[in-house]
This record gives sequence, structure tokens and C-alpha cells, in this order.
Amino acid sequence: MIQAILVFNNHGKPRLVRFYQRFPEEIQQQIVRETFHLVLKRDDNICNFLEGGSLIGGSDYKLIYRHYATLYFVFCVDSSESELGILDLIQVFVETLDKCFENVCELDLIFHMDKVHYILQEVVMGGMVLETNMNEIVAQIEAQNRLEKSEVSKQLCSSPGWVEKTWAEAGVCTCVGLCCCETSGNDTHLLSSLSPLKLMDLKVNQP
Amino acid sequence: MALKMVKGSIDRMFDKNLQDLVRGIRNHKEDEAKYISQCIDEIKQELKQDNIAVKANAVCKLTYLQMLGYDISWAAFNIIEVMSASKFTFKRIGYLAASQSFHEGTDVIMLTTNQIRKDLSSPSQYDTGVALTGLSCFVTPDLARDLANDIMTLMSHTKPYIRKKAVLIMYKVFLKYPESLRPAFPRLKEKLEDPDPGVQSAAVNVICELARRNPKNYLSLAPLFFKLMTSSTNNWVLIKIIKLFGALTPLEPRLGKKLIEPLTNLIHSTSAMSLLYECVNTVIAVLISLSSGMPNHSASIQLCVQKLRILIEDSDQNLKYLGLLAMSKILKTHPKSVQSHKDLILQCLDDKDESIRLRALDLLYGMVSKKNLMEIVKKLMTHVDKAEGTTYRDELLTKIIDICSQSNYQYITNFEWYISILVELTRLEGTRHGHLIAAQMLDVAIRVKAIRKFAVSQMSALLDSAHLLASSTQRNGICEVLYAAAWICGEFSEHLQEPHHTLEAMLRPKVTTLPGHIQAVYVQNVVKLYANILQQKEQAGEAEGAQAVTQLMVDRLPQFVQSADLEVQERASCILQLVKHIQKLQAKDVPVAEEVSTLFAGELNPVAPKAQKKVPVPEGLDLDAWINEPLSDSESEDERPRAVFHEEEQRRPKHRPSEADEEELARRREARKQEQANNPFYIKSSPSPQKRYQDAPGVEHIPVVQIDLSVPLKVPGLPMSDQYVKLEEERRHRQKLEKDKRRKKRKEKEKKGKRRHSSLPTESDEDIAPAQQVDIVTEEMPENALPSDEDDKDPNDPYRALDIDLDKPLADSEKLPIQKHRNAETSKSPEKDVPVVEKKSKKPKKKEKKHKEKERDKEKKKQKEKKEELSVNAVTTPKDECEDAKTEAQDEEDNAEGQDQDKKSPKHKKKKHKKEKEERTKGKKKSKKQPLGSEEAAGEPVQNGAPEEEPLPPESSYSLLAENSYVKMTCDIRGSLQEDSQVTVAIVLENRSSSILKGMELSVLDSLNARMTRPQGSSVHDGVPVPFQLPPGVSNEAQYVFTIQSIVMAQKLKGTLSFIAKNDEVATHEKLDFRLHFSCSSYLTTTPCYSDAFAKLLESGDLSMSSVKVDGIRMSFQNLLAKICFHHHFSVVERVDSCASMYSRSIQGHHVCLLVKKGENSVSVDGKCSDSTLLSNLLEEMKATLAKC
Repeated sequence: MIQAILVFNNHGKPRLVRFYQRFPEEIQQQIVRETFHLVLKRDDNICNFLEGGSLIGGSDYKLIYRHYATLYFVFCVDSSESELGILDLIQVFVETLDKCFENVCELDLIFHMDKVHYILQEVVMGGMVLETNMNEIVAQIEAQNRLEKSEVSKQLCSSPGWVEKTWAEAGVCTCVGLCCCETSGNDTHLLSSLSPLKLMDLKVNQP
Repeated sequence: MALKMVKGSIDRMFDKNLQDLVRGIRNHKEDEAKYISQCIDEIKQELKQDNIAVKANAVCKLTYLQMLGYDISWAAFNIIEVMSASKFTFKRIGYLAASQSFHEGTDVIMLTTNQIRKDLSSPSQYDTGVALTGLSCFVTPDLARDLANDIMTLMSHTKPYIRKKAVLIMYKVFLKYPESLRPAFPRLKEKLEDPDPGVQSAAVNVICELARRNPKNYLSLAPLFFKLMTSSTNNWVLIKIIKLFGALTPLEPRLGKKLIEPLTNLIHSTSAMSLLYECVNTVIAVLISLSSGMPNHSASIQLCVQKLRILIEDSDQNLKYLGLLAMSKILKTHPKSVQSHKDLILQCLDDKDESIRLRALDLLYGMVSKKNLMEIVKKLMTHVDKAEGTTYRDELLTKIIDICSQSNYQYITNFEWYISILVELTRLEGTRHGHLIAAQMLDVAIRVKAIRKFAVSQMSALLDSAHLLASSTQRNGICEVLYAAAWICGEFSEHLQEPHHTLEAMLRPKVTTLPGHIQAVYVQNVVKLYANILQQKEQAGEAEGAQAVTQLMVDRLPQFVQSADLEVQERASCILQLVKHIQKLQAKDVPVAEEVSTLFAGELNPVAPKAQKKVPVPEGLDLDAWINEPLSDSESEDERPRAVFHEEEQRRPKHRPSEADEEELARRREARKQEQANNPFYIKSSPSPQKRYQDAPGVEHIPVVQIDLSVPLKVPGLPMSDQYVKLEEERRHRQKLEKDKRRKKRKEKEKKGKRRHSSLPTESDEDIAPAQQVDIVTEEMPENALPSDEDDKDPNDPYRALDIDLDKPLADSEKLPIQKHRNAETSKSPEKDVPVVEKKSKKPKKKEKKHKEKERDKEKKKQKEKKEELSVNAVTTPKDECEDAKTEAQDEEDNAEGQDQDKKSPKHKKKKHKKEKEERTKGKKKSKKQPLGSEEAAGEPVQNGAPEEEPLPPESSYSLLAENSYVKMTCDIRGSLQEDSQVTVAIVLENRSSSILKGMELSVLDSLNARMTRPQGSSVHDGVPVPFQLPPGVSNEAQYVFTIQSIVMAQKLKGTLSFIAKNDEVATHEKLDFRLHFSCSSYLTTTPCYSDAFAKLLESGDLSMSSVKVDGIRMSFQNLLAKICFHHHFSVVERVDSCASMYSRSIQGHHVCLLVKKGENSVSVDGKCSDSTLLSNLLEEMKATLAKC
């Protein structure tokens, strides 16, 4: 079981917080902070597993994380999950994001947290791995986007304020210009700094 | 007006959406909190608007704020509103917000049940999907119970997208509602072979999670999984299955043997590291499980170790980490195969990655032997010196202690070396583990008798340099070792070389800066030391010396008396008085040493950690019983403290040590001895400390001077552990030589073999004899300890409830609750419905007879049978349910025909559901809102869960209608909120004769107010056929619907049952008259109500009031309430002492509120109702019920 999925940036700002076990909001924030401090200390070329200790759940739980450009993707899992499998799942998740957002970068996650959640929901459900086949995930997301779009166009006349940006138009460009972002315009494509893991070895999803 | 609308839509155009909110927050870095609170205000405004798009937008923003740590539980209701939007776009937003913020404590969550059910059955797969995803995050026991059946249906949905989600969510449902596991399991198992790989993977996932917690229940699935493992190409699935096998093999060794080969093949063939790693892991698990039975798997072990070595040597840190992790598993059973890779592991100790170093440390634990312990610890000690960062250093410290102390110090050959290591560790700065070191020192000194002399010398040196330790401030954990040092020096003071010197060290003023609990130990042990010195001096005849020591004590003790720590203060003042007294005696030249040292006679032995638990409770002792009845609150608060204080003051003068004369001392000594004798934790008390040594059992084993002289017994200053390594080598060499000589004396060696216990030396170890022949004192247990060591499983473990035998055939009672879709309100109420009496035990015979010839596959048959059993026909259906009615009618016509499982007639659903509810009320404490449900069940179990075996329980809602020698009729009348003028009458017919009853017809004379609903086309005067026949001794239930105009009055209808009774020879026409009594209570439906809504209702003022009082009631209030709930369909809103408010609703929507008060012998019921006639009639009925109590 996956206990929590956290995405935060190099400064510890949460970008996605998904707990599969109930924690009050302040505890959630505390967990994010502590997790951030744990992974921040670690070099990029050391192993991606961390004993979570008292953070969540206790000794049965591990933190498995990956660092992409400006973001950390941290999964907190118990011993029923394969460590390397989860590493691969993170990769699948990020690659899916990349496909859905077209060259995903931190800003996409900042401004479209809801969409990121929807994508995640197609990968992990209630703490269990739902789908690992990227094409399948992307297909479902796209189908839902089409559904949303058709509804939105119907809605258009009744509520103009809501539809300013639909998912499809919500590219990076729309927001980059408008905001002063923490990364000070230095928003890097996440997959550009893909860690040199031997992905082909880890690929667990090849038929 | 038009202007306003335009303005509204313009406003909306300027509403922030999520992106604007994010942007805004980023632009307000300085006053973020203020900006957000402003946004929240805006959101609150938006939530008030009617436009669902605006609401959804607001909820979407809230979800973002939730991520930032803001509590959004206040918007729970709005979230539900958005969830119920018809558009997918909004629905998805609502469900996302719900999944992020809802939990079991969210009170409005119960309102979602019907919405979720609706979404689950939505024609759009994405509506269903989004509902499933959301539900997976916030499913509660209630939701799980109510929706289990809907989800189970979705497991066979046509779209794999829905199937896989439904399969996955079942795990969550099982967790919350374990009863659903058995009924759902067959279908889950089916899904293991689903054509869609995603669904298959989900099913594997769920079963693996289940099996991981309770593996033994899933052993029967092993062949299926085995097939999957050899056929599947999906690595995700393979990994899960292989992991599952890892959990199963310990339970079934034969499985392991079968697994080895395919796993080995996979290891050789796969290129995926993750799969390889899991295979290795499972092979290890198999080998562990086999290790006892079949020793001959060295090839597999070699393969594993070899593959792991490749992983560890890999440059990828992740693989290195995992390799070490797996290695540690092998270590437990096959230490030798791992030990050969010691070089590699020691190398990992130097890795730059801390996680890897820690894993390597774990491995070291298992790699030590007598031979290499010193060497390894030496290496670790150098790491300790080098380590930056205290966490890692602390980890090293604990590991060193772990390694050395493991299995009762099995690998330590030289305890002097160990003590010196411990002393060296005390020089670590800033460690948190001072107490660990201290505990080790104490443990070794107490349990290894031969080492005491050396330990004491070291400890006294430590005490001497205590300023070094203490100076680095108090928060430093290392000063804890002084606790141990002081205690050891005091307790074993007879071994001290220079007791006087140590005494002075312990009385230094600096000591008062130590933490209180350490000072307390100091004070206590100063006396022990003092007693010892006194004895020595007196024996040597140095009276002056003795007096000087006493004077020293008298001079220095006052510094402790002033301590702020109570414990220190108390002990110090006690002892100071004692010493002063001794001083007086000394002045009179009275020898006191003997007396003083008897204060500390006796030996402390280690007590096993579980000893306390194992003391059996003496027969007849009830630990939970009150010794004195507890005082009432008001009394105890005022009086208790005073009483205690008072008592203390009385006692004090008596116990003051200054007045303790010798007699008193002797008496106390005696008492102490007595106490020790009775105390299971003191084994023996020896007359004097000097004798102790010889008397203690086991001591004769200790050849006191077998200690090699090469080992210095007294080390000046703090020792260096390194020197022992060299010495050890020399010693071993000499031992070897000696051994050759000794070989001639076989006997001695045998004796030695006996001596060593609790260790399992490996062959190489046997060559090394320990430097000290050490008798490790084993821990003590109470004499009559309970033998078995029960597996303490955590009773709160949520997975425990899922420990369910899945191979047993499903019992009928286990079917999932199925709900009528129109049954909204009742489904929400966990309060019990009117119980239905089941007559299952009798029915199956008949059913089987009926359907013997039908061929079905197993599951369908079961379903079918179940349906048939509960089948009660002849309900003429209400108009607005035609859909279902048609299906039902069909069912009746060709009721043997196979039908789609999903189209069960609503009535069946309802019945099953009710039954389920009964069971739940019976067995489970419901949520706090309905405390009565369970109380009632506890109080009068017969009432609710009518046991299936009993035909009619004494307290049934079924009342007798009529009976004769052929047949007995009982009936129950139920209303439902949906049909505002209809009630269902369930009539149970029981055949009491030896004939078959058939052709039964029921004719009822309608009144103006109440009519029986008859099948179309039949006239008022026709009888309605009973849809079944009754063989002898069988009973069955038929339901009829009546339409009622006004429900405010009770009424009676006359009716006749006519039937043909046929036995072997003759058939006779018989009839039985009855009167159907529609009481006002039967028009009420149990509806839960919250106290706030209840209060509003009462305040509204449009209810009329009436009351009754009944005297002479003895029944307990609880049972009384239960009776009202049961017979009159009320639910308890709130209960305070002997006063309760209750609520119910009539089928036509009248609110009925009751206030029930119980006096000494009477009960008064005040009622408020929107209809006064109804109320007065109800109260009359209630009075009749109460009068029976």
C-alpha cells in the first residue's frame, strides 16, 4: 500500500499532497516539512530509499523518492510494495505528466494542481497501484478531458467566468509570463534532468 | 431586476479561478496569510451562490488551500453539493475535494451514500470512475456496508476501466466492513483470470494485500497463483505474486519446494532488476522456511548470494541498498554464506551514503563470531571517531552495543574488553544513548560475577573523572553512565581498592549539578560505600578512621539535603539523620558497622522483562473489582487530599530516623527480610555480603583464578580496549598449547561443556575459550509463572478483522446488504428497522425440491437459492415502481427461470438489507448517534436479532393474528416513508397440521379508510391468493399492501383465510377469520434525528402537545426505551440519565417528538406532534405497552 504521495520543490513548497490515510492538515504539513528536510540532505547520487521512521506509520514504511529538476516526488510505501517497482511508478507518473502537459515543468504543477490530481487518480487509487501502462493512463485522461470540454462548451453561455482557461489551453506559456515564480523564471523541464538510473532495467511494465 | 442579474454575471466573470488564486498567493509573499483569509472570505461568498459552476470553482480553490494546510472541513456540505452536480466537470472537482478532506469524523459524510450510489450506477463510466476513486479515499464503515453490494456488481461491469477500479476499492471495503469479504471473495477470485490485464493486476493487488495480513486463509489460492506466475508476462503482476509467495511459503513448505525451480529460472532469465530482486527475496523466504527440513539447497543459496553480491557491487546505490537489505534476510538462517562476503560488507561501511552504511551495520550484527568480534568492534570504534553527524554516530553506538550483547553476550570472550569498550564509548560527546551504555554496564556487572572487581575499578575511575562527563552540561545524555557507575561502586563496594577515595569523589560539590535521578543514586550508594568502609575500619580497629568517615558524611550530605529534587532531598535527609545517629553511637564507642551493613544485605538479581506479566493472578482475586466503592465525585474532591495530609502528619514523627532506635532498626530489618522472602523478585537473601559469594548457587562453577594473569586485573586510569585485541591473540595462542595438554584430561573438558549454556558455538568458536569462565546469571521469573508466551497481537489491528476463513461455503446470513434504490431515508438510518423474522432453517427443503432439476453454475445457484428462500410474493406493486414490478411479476410467473442477478426485485433487496441490519445491530456498537441500538441489543437480545433457529422469538414484532389447529397466522405492519399512504402487512403462515395446505386465499373486507391493494382486474370481493403452499410444519411469509387514507386513527379490518388442507386420504376446505389491527404506531417509521434538528422542531411551535403517565413500572429505563423504540418505531435522539428525547415520523410526514422521563416507579411521556389526534392515539397505545412492563 502507498501511504502518501508528496510532491514539493527544492524549497519545500508543496505542489501535491495526497495522503491515503487520514492526518489532520497541520500534521500533513509537518510531514511534508520533515520529509523535505530528510530528502534535502541527500545527494542526488545516493540511494533513493529512506526509512521514514516515525513520520508515517512506523518501521514498516519507507520513503521512496526521485528528484526531477526542481521537484521531489516522494512516495511513502509499506513493505508490500516493491521498491524498484515504485521507483518505476514515479517515473511512469512523471512521464505521464509530461505527456499530458507537454514538456511538464514545475509551473504546470503549481497552476494545475487539480489536473495533476486527476492524473494521479488514474495511476494510484486509494493507495493501491491502479494502472502502470502509460498509454492507457493518457488515453483515459484524454477521454475525460474531451468530456469536460464538451460540457464546458455547453456551459459557456451560462457561466463565462468559469471557462477562461480549459485544460487544453492551459499550457505553460499562459502563466509563465504572468507571474513571478519562485524559481525566478528558471523553470526547467522536469524530465530534462532525468537521473541516470538504468531505466531499461527497471522498466517493469514491459509486456 | 434585470440589472441585478447582469451585475451578478459580471461579478462572476471576475471571480478568481484556481490559477488566479495561485497567482495571487505568489504575488502576496509578504502577507500571504492575510491574502488567503481574504480569499477564503470570497470563497464563502461564492459558496452561497446558487450557480453550481461558481460553487465548483470555489471548492476547487479550497482544495488548493487544503494542500497549503488550511482546514476546509467547514465546507464539507458545499463539497457534497458539488459532488452531486450533474456535470462531470463539477462532479470531479467535488469528489477530489472530498477525497482530500473527508474522513470518518466528517459528520455529513452519511449524506453522500445515495449520491455515490447514483454515480456508481451512472451510465457514464467516468462518473462511476470518479465516484469510485473518491470513495476509495473516504470510505467509512457505514458507506462500505451500504455500498458493498453496488461495488460488487461493478466488478462485473462491461468496461475494464470500471472493473479494475471496483476490484481495487473492494480492499478498502473489506477493511471497513469485514463481513463483505466472504460474499465478495468468489467474484474477486474470478477477476484473477480477467481478460483485461489491468483488472487482473488489480485483483492480484487486492488479494496480495489481504494475504499479506492473514496468509493462511489464502493458501488454497496457491495453485492459481502458481499458474499465473508461470504464464503472466506482466512484471507488476509477477512482482506482486512473487511477493505473495514469500508470505505464503512459511506456512506451507511444500509450496516452497515447488517454487524454487521456476523462481530460479526467472532469476536467470529476467532482465528487470526489480523482478530479479523480488525473486531473490522470495527464494530466500523459501529457503528460510525449508532450512529446517531440507538442508540441501546450497546451490540456491549460492545463487542468491551471488546475485546479491552483483547488486551490492553495482554502482547504482539503489541496487546496493536493496542487495544489503536482502542479504540481511539470508543472514538469519545462513550466516555462513553471508560471512564469506564480509569484505564487501565492511567496505560498505565506508560508503558515502548513510542509508547504505546503516544497512551494512545491520548485516554486521549477524556476522560476528567469537573470533572476529573484537576486530569488528575495533573497526566500528574507528568509525565512531570519524563519524560526522550525531545520528549516525549514535546509530553506531547502539549497533556496537547490540552486536556485543546479542544472545546473552554469546560472542564476548573477554568481558574486561567489553567494559573498556563501554568506558571508551562514554567519551563520545553529545550522544543521546548514555542510558544505553549505563544499562549495559549495570547488566554486565550484575550478571557476570567474575567481572565485578574489574568493573568496579573502572567505574570508580569514571566517578573520579566525573567532572569530565558532567561538565559537558546536563542535557548531555552521557552523564547517565554516572548513574551506573555510582550504583556499581556502591553495590559492589567490597571490590573497591580505595573506597575512601571513591567516597570522596561521590561527595564532591560538583555532583549536585547532575540530574536529580542520578544524584539520588549517588546518595543511596554513598551509604552503601560508607557502610562498607565502616566495616573495614572497625575490623581493622581504626575507630578514629571510622569516625573520620562519618564526619565526612555529616559534612557533605547537607548539600544534597538542599537539593531541589524531592527524591534526592528525601533520601539525603533520611540518611543524614541516620549518619548523625551513628555518629552518636560511635562517640560512645559502640560498634555499629555490622548493623549498618545489614541495611544493604541481600543480592539483587536481574528480573526477566516479562516476569511481572507472568505472575499469575491468584484464584478468587478480581483485579477489576472495587476494593472500596468509589466515592461520589463531590465528596472525593474535597475530602481526599485532606485525609491524606492528615494521616501523613500523624505518621511522620514515628518514622523519623532520628528517633529510630536499635530496636526499630532491627524491626525494620526483619520486615525487610520478610518482605524479600515473600517478594518473588528477590531470590535469596544471604546473611552477610561477605558470604554471598560462596553461597550463591552456581558460584562453584566459577573457577575464580582461571583468569589468565596475562590480563591485568587492575588497569590504571581509563583502559584502552585495543590492548585487549593483542592480548587476546596471545591468549588464544597459549590456550592452543594448553589445549593439547588438556586433551589428555577429557573429563575436564566435558565438564566445561556443561558449564557453558545459552550459547550455540559454531565449530570455529569452540576453539576459543573465554578469558573468564563466565556464569551469566539468567533472568528471573516468578516461581509459578504462566508457561505459554501468547502471541500478543494488537487487538486494534485493523487487519485482524479480515482474518476470515474463505474456503468455507457461504452461509446465507452472509450475503451483502442489498438496498432498494428508493429506500433512501431508511438506508441512511443505521437504526434498526422492524426486524424480520427469518425462517430459513425450514425453507430450504422446499426450495430444493422445487429447483432440484435446475442446472446452474455454482454462484448463480447460490444467489438464486437465496432469492427463492426470501421470496415472498404477491405484493401488488405500487404505481411508481412499475419497472421493478414488471421484473418481479415475471419472476413470479416463471420463477425457476434464470434471471440476471442484477435485477433483483426490490423487495428481496429490502429484506436482505434488513436482515443485515439486524445482524449489525446485534453484533456491533453503532456510531454514537444511536447509542440505543446496541444497548438494546445488549439488554434484550431476543428482540432484535431473532435467532434464525427459533421460529418465533418471544419478543417479536409479529403479533398473533389468528390460529386454529391447521394454521397459525402472525403479522407485522410496516410503513415506509416513500409511500405516504401505504403500509405493508407481512403475514406469516405456519402449518401446524400434518396435511399440506394449498389453495390459500386471503379476503379482506375493506373499510372507507383502508383498502387492500389487489391485482388489477380483481374485484373488491375476490380473495387474493397466497402465492405458496405449505407442507406440514413449514411456515412462510406473504406480504400485502394496504392503502390508508388517514393515519391518525387506529383501525381494524376483518378478513378470512380460506384454504384446502390435504392429507393422504382427504382434502377439506377450511377457513380462519382474523382481524387486522392497524395501530397508529404501525404508521410510524424509525427515523434518526439529530438533537439540533430536534430542538428546532420543538421550538417551531406548530406542534400540539399531550402527555401520559404510567405507574408501577419496574423495568430499567434502558429496556423501557428499547421497548418504545421497538414497538412504536421511535429512535432515541438524546438521553440524559433517566430522561430521553425520542423521535419518529409517520409515513405521511408527521413529526412525533417524545420526552420520556422515568421517576421512581413511574414513567411519564410527553409528546409533541403535528397532529393532535395522532398523538393522543399514539400515547394511548404507548400507555398500553408500558402498562405491560
